[in-house]
Amino acid sequence: MSKVLTKADNKPRGFLVTNAGVLSLVQDAGRFGVFNLGLTNGGPADSLAFYWANSLCGNALNATVIEISLGGLQLIAQVDCIIAVTGAPMPLTVNGRAKALWQSFLVKAGDSVCFGFAPVGVRCYLAVAGGFVIKASFGSTATVCRESVGGLNGEKLAVNEVLPCHIVSREGYQRKQLMLPEHRQPHYAKEVLLHTVLSYQQQHFSAIEKRLFFTNEYQVSKHWDRMGYRLQGRAIKADINGILSEGICYGAVQIPADGQPIVLLNDRQTIGGYPKIGAVISSDCAKLSQLRQGDSVHFEAISMSQADNLFHLSLSRLKQTQLIHL
Amino acid sequence: MKINDTIHLDVAGENALILYFSPREQSSLVVSAEINRTVQQAEQLIRQHLSAVIVDLIPSYASILVVFDLLKIDHHHLRNQLQELLKQCNQANSKPGRLIELPSYYSLESGMDLVRIAKHAKLSVEQVIALHQGQEYRVYAIGFAPGFAYLGEVDERIAMPRLTSPRLKVPKGAVAIADRQTAVYPAQSPGGWNIIGLCPVDMFNPQAKPVMPLAVGDRVKFIAIDRQQYLNLGGKLS
Repeated sequence: MSKVLTKADNKPRGFLVTNAGVLSLVQDAGRFGVFNLGLTNGGPADSLAFYWANSLCGNALNATVIEISLGGLQLIAQVDCIIAVTGAPMPLTVNGRAKALWQSFLVKAGDSVCFGFAPVGVRCYLAVAGGFVIKASFGSTATVCRESVGGLNGEKLAVNEVLPCHIVSREGYQRKQLMLPEHRQPHYAKEVLLHTVLSYQQQHFSAIEKRLFFTNEYQVSKHWDRMGYRLQGRAIKADINGILSEGICYGAVQIPADGQPIVLLNDRQTIGGYPKIGAVISSDCAKLSQLRQGDSVHFEAISMSQADNLFHLSLSRLKQTQLIHL
Repeated sequence: MKINDTIHLDVAGENALILYFSPREQSSLVVSAEINRTVQQAEQLIRQHLSAVIVDLIPSYASILVVFDLLKIDHHHLRNQLQELLKQCNQANSKPGRLIELPSYYSLESGMDLVRIAKHAKLSVEQVIALHQGQEYRVYAIGFAPGFAYLGEVDERIAMPRLTSPRLKVPKGAVAIADRQTAVYPAQSPGGWNIIGLCPVDMFNPQAKPVMPLAVGDRVKFIAIDRQQYLNLGGKLS
């Protein structure tokens, strides 16, 4: 049904980058199993939007997409293909005409695909049917700039790069135009509740410190990126200064000496020595990654069993959702 | 949850548990080769027996972070399986790690903090170098950056706290000390460790096999080389 289109000179074709935007990255589901080399996960900051972008294109759930942070990416299609964009509401145009997010549609060779800037939320996902064809490093195409690993050359997209992809036959794209029902599309707000499992060094935070942590509001500081979100608000204190460096999981909430929490995300360092009070569940980490400076969060303590329930509930909700054939 | 007298198991996150290998009451900052050997042994056991449900493992000084696949196992079952499995952990079975020799060009040219360390330790620069290469180190953990191996322990006399303000650029190959740890920077990066020399060996090379010369549990000895040897081995001076 699809094949990689190659020109006579064997140069792979797909999308030509004419404006790279603020931060546009090649991402698949992430890099796993190589923590022992010091390599972190990478992968989509908002895994839910990533999931829908691939689903709308009929892709395998680990297919390679482009994660666009803030906006500004401009591309020219070199082939006919099906694409879908999900995530923060960035104004999307094809040849100057507005296009809806959360649905797949055909673009033709020569079409110009442009992303504006999101008024709320941070990240969008551009998927193409069949996925972008990028060589994996350490089992994944996920770009981690700090490690110079993944993507086309370990870095964010740059002007004049080409993102190779598959072309889809005419029958293929008739079948593949899908839409996520409106009531299933996430809304991006400036406030998020972070369900947090108490864990790691939680016994080194007194009942009062925990109470303060879970009742106060925190704002996203100016230090927010794919590595982690530094928050600002009521300082809390552990009764220890540091620990022997140990493995840091996705969503871990680190409390450094200044008492301001840092939630560690996809590009976090693999080990570290600050005390941690708990870990935010993955579905809420995805929501957090759509916040920017000045947006606010609350933490709510939940048990490991509740976290398990929430994970499986949201998974079954995903599986039950029927995409609409257009 | 207690597995035996020294190992206990805690929650880390939604899909992660953490095993601690030192008694809770013990000061949490004590580095012990014996404990680290148990860590290494436990890591091997987990890789052998639970790889079907494990996504990733991060062994460190005295802990292992166990990240599991929520679609394949839940934390209750994993706890039980880890508990059963780690009863097999037995000091007597642990094998000594490989011995790896790393060449190091120690000099005032390549080690910009040698003089400061010597002053701090009230020793000569030559003595600092002799103490650093006199010791056999253990790879306690790998992390912070790809290929960054935490080696310990440095002779107490030349232990040196991190710089108060990290440098923006530490050169690739920098041999450095922080407290009683030492390491070779795998790539140019910011860093606050005290630099005493340069090592021409690639600590992380995605094209090489294996990509890293070191693994947790290996033993490392630094061998002093001169400027010419350093350059001959492919080392660079800026």
